[in-house]
Amino acid sequence: MQAHRPLSPHLQVYRLAFGTVLSGLHRISGVALSAASLLLVGWLVAAARGPQAYAMAIRFFSSVPVKLVLAAALAAFWYHLFAGLRHMAWDAGLGFDKAVTRKSGMTVVALAVLASILTLVLARRLFLAAP
Amino acid sequence: MSGRSLQGAAATRADPHATRHWRNQRVSAIALLLLGPWFIYKLLMLPALDYATVTAWIAEPLQAFLLLLFAWSTLWHSALGVQVVVDDYVGGRLNVPTVRFLQVAHGAAAIAVGWAIWMIALGGA
Repeated sequence: MQAHRPLSPHLQVYRLAFGTVLSGLHRISGVALSAASLLLVGWLVAAARGPQAYAMAIRFFSSVPVKLVLAAALAAFWYHLFAGLRHMAWDAGLGFDKAVTRKSGMTVVALAVLASILTLVLARRLFLAAP
Repeated sequence: MSGRSLQGAAATRADPHATRHWRNQRVSAIALLLLGPWFIYKLLMLPALDYATVTAWIAEPLQAFLLLLFAWSTLWHSALGVQVVVDDYVGGRLNVPTVRFLQVAHGAAAIAVGWAIWMIALGGA
């Protein structure tokens, strides 16, 4: 909100490191989830407007590109959640050691991949059942 | 660290708005830590995503309440997070209008979602 704040340094002067990539992913997944929240709003508004509007929404959500977007949003959600937990640990002053940082980063990625696969498999059943 | 940047850090810490932003981001994050997985679990456990099933689910008062909490926490957390990104990459004259626009958009989304859940909870079934 302050116009005279300095901007972030140019990203291209840094060599890409594991931590940098994870940090960037936290931001990208966050922005992606902000955009995906519009889908949540649209879905609920369609349900509120009645069966016809809802049927249109379901046609939209069951199209292949939107399904891919939903799958990506699910993965973004899990990554953002676990990476957010890591940030909370840092807020509490925990896990700043370089080796620990690397380990916690890998754990975040592993948990996000596992949770994404598990929920995607379960979501598949739901989408196949959808009209 | 030069004295100047330390002064800058002290000024940031003294800004009550910045402190509130930081705290709210954590409060909404903790809410979503519970409500996010709850929402995904509930969706995945529904027998189908058709109109009757979904509206019957939301028509239950506790479910409507939790869904509203989830949707509002999401939009609140989103508004705070997106502002940080804009502050980092959009400087100068465009900063304030961009942040204002995004705040209004999030507010509109929150009203729409509140209306939708209210309508389903009352009118549906």
